[in-house]
Amino acid sequence: MSPTVAANGETQRPTTETPREPVLRVDDLRAYYRTRHFGVGREVKAVDGVSFEVRDNEIYGLAGESSSGKSTLLKAVAAAMRPPLQVVGGTARLRFLQAKSLHEASSAELAQLRWRKLSYIMQGSMSALNPVRRVRRSFEDFAARHLRETGAAFEAKVVAHLSQLRLDKSVLDAFPHELSGGMRQRVTIALATICRPDLVIADEPTTALDVVVQKDVLDMIRDLQRQSGSSLLLVTHDLGVHAYLTDRLAIMYGGRLVEEAPTEALFGNPQHPYAKHLIASLPRIGEEAPKAALAGGPPNLAEPPAGCRFHPRCPLAMERCRREAPVMTRVAPNHRVACFAVAGSA
Amino acid sequence: MAPLLELEGVSKSFGGLLGRRRVTAVRHVSFTLSEAKPEVFTLLGQSGSGKTTLARMILGLETPTAGSLRLQGQDLAKLRRGAGRRRLLGLVQPIFQNPFEAFNPLRHVDHYLLLTAQRFGGAGAGAGARAATEASLRQVGLSLAEVARRYPHELSGGQLQRLAIARALLAKPKLIVADEPVSMVDASLRMAIVNLFKTLRDEFAISILYITHDLATAYLVSDRISIMRAGEVVESGAARQVLTHPQHAYSRQLKDAVLVPRFTVGHGDGASAKSEQRQ
Repeated sequence: MSPTVAANGETQRPTTETPREPVLRVDDLRAYYRTRHFGVGREVKAVDGVSFEVRDNEIYGLAGESSSGKSTLLKAVAAAMRPPLQVVGGTARLRFLQAKSLHEASSAELAQLRWRKLSYIMQGSMSALNPVRRVRRSFEDFAARHLRETGAAFEAKVVAHLSQLRLDKSVLDAFPHELSGGMRQRVTIALATICRPDLVIADEPTTALDVVVQKDVLDMIRDLQRQSGSSLLLVTHDLGVHAYLTDRLAIMYGGRLVEEAPTEALFGNPQHPYAKHLIASLPRIGEEAPKAALAGGPPNLAEPPAGCRFHPRCPLAMERCRREAPVMTRVAPNHRVACFAVAGSA
Repeated sequence: MAPLLELEGVSKSFGGLLGRRRVTAVRHVSFTLSEAKPEVFTLLGQSGSGKTTLARMILGLETPTAGSLRLQGQDLAKLRRGAGRRRLLGLVQPIFQNPFEAFNPLRHVDHYLLLTAQRFGGAGAGAGARAATEASLRQVGLSLAEVARRYPHELSGGQLQRLAIARALLAKPKLIVADEPVSMVDASLRMAIVNLFKTLRDEFAISILYITHDLATAYLVSDRISIMRAGEVVESGAARQVLTHPQHAYSRQLKDAVLVPRFTVGHGDGASAKSEQRQ
């Protein structure tokens, strides 16, 4: 595609459609890891038919255990894939992109998009800062080009942004190793948001942080999101973080979504047996109830179980669950569940 | 009878040689675990608070710079090598944070269990060791058929961590030192492991030294809790008491850092408004 299309794509034209198109719409997305060793092909279906949308001005949470495919989903949605990971089907449409799907966009288009429209805070991004350059240089390297400012004007913008995040401008003169883990993560978040992107994608942004620091960083993320009105897609396995921060929440199991609802509804009234279990097993201070565990372990996505991927561990599994895979079905406004055992679903 | 474990003014410093900065990781820690009354004793603290260093000293992997550790009345310093070390491991067994790194990736996992059964369980080789291993796996909800001839990468974190516990049990210890045993384990399996500690205490009379930064699981399983900061114990007491009515300012700070769902505290952004006031 020509660069002019890209330039058009990034000027945010008000769409005539009502209601407004979501910032991100993912449709039946499939992303597999495909490898071939000594002539033996292997396919890991890490994301297998996922659909959801992220709306304006919301924090959309994605929860799931390790190897449920949540990080892969983010990589696919942020177009940050590397072989052997590839998108084999479905679309991920960004409102500010002309192409039908992110994965059809040219690298020039994507380069235009990054930082200004779409930022991706990767897992372990505390280590994303260049260790031999001062933080100021990292800001120059990453953001100067997108902000199209230099010198004093650029510096003023950076300092203003930092102070909004309650960061002192002295961090600019520091090397990454001179900052604590929490500080480094704040600087990374500042870096990812300085261009005021419409959509920020964050993968486990606070997992590596200490408990006390974690809460401060989460508060910072929330303040930032509320001030800028951007949308945030947040992935973490920690349901406590979701309960604290997100507006809507989806739970992923074995490469598929099993339930999606406003966070409060999902915690108050979970429908899918897996979601029920996860929420019931959240330990809370002052609560005595013994917490049961699920039998078995997460599925191997190279050979996922047939039908519903949760059926080998499911207390409600029926004959049908072994043969057919349930699809996400609306059970209430804004509440979708993929389970045959839930009334009104599938 | 001498207590199972007795720590008296234990301190540990690192560095300080050739003008390098000296870091005190543990400072004057004292506590006692009784053998007659097994319990889940929890060390709670942030990273860098010295919890792991303390655990390593109890396992004989570090020597204290000051103070004494006694195991069944015997100085732990004498149990670090040779026959003493075997006695030490017969009494105290470790469970580490990362189950994926606790097993040799090139060996079948059952190898370690059989080895432990032979060396510490007094089970002898062959059928005896297998029977002991099978029995101990059953305690953690696994079976030998499930894990025999499997490599660590073929098992989930939860399975591996339960294997680590089964292996520790084979030595018939009096104390299990569990250093952040569930922080790498999936949420749906986490509670199973934590609950297992209570079972071990009640059915096998094994004391657990549970090291964690997670207040919620600590609340659920602990009998006693000590809160550590910068190498020192700042507050100690019955678990319920310490976590529901923390006295020390730092304990309160830790409790405040627990993420509370905003919808049970109030509507909308109630929680964020609160945390802003605190800052």
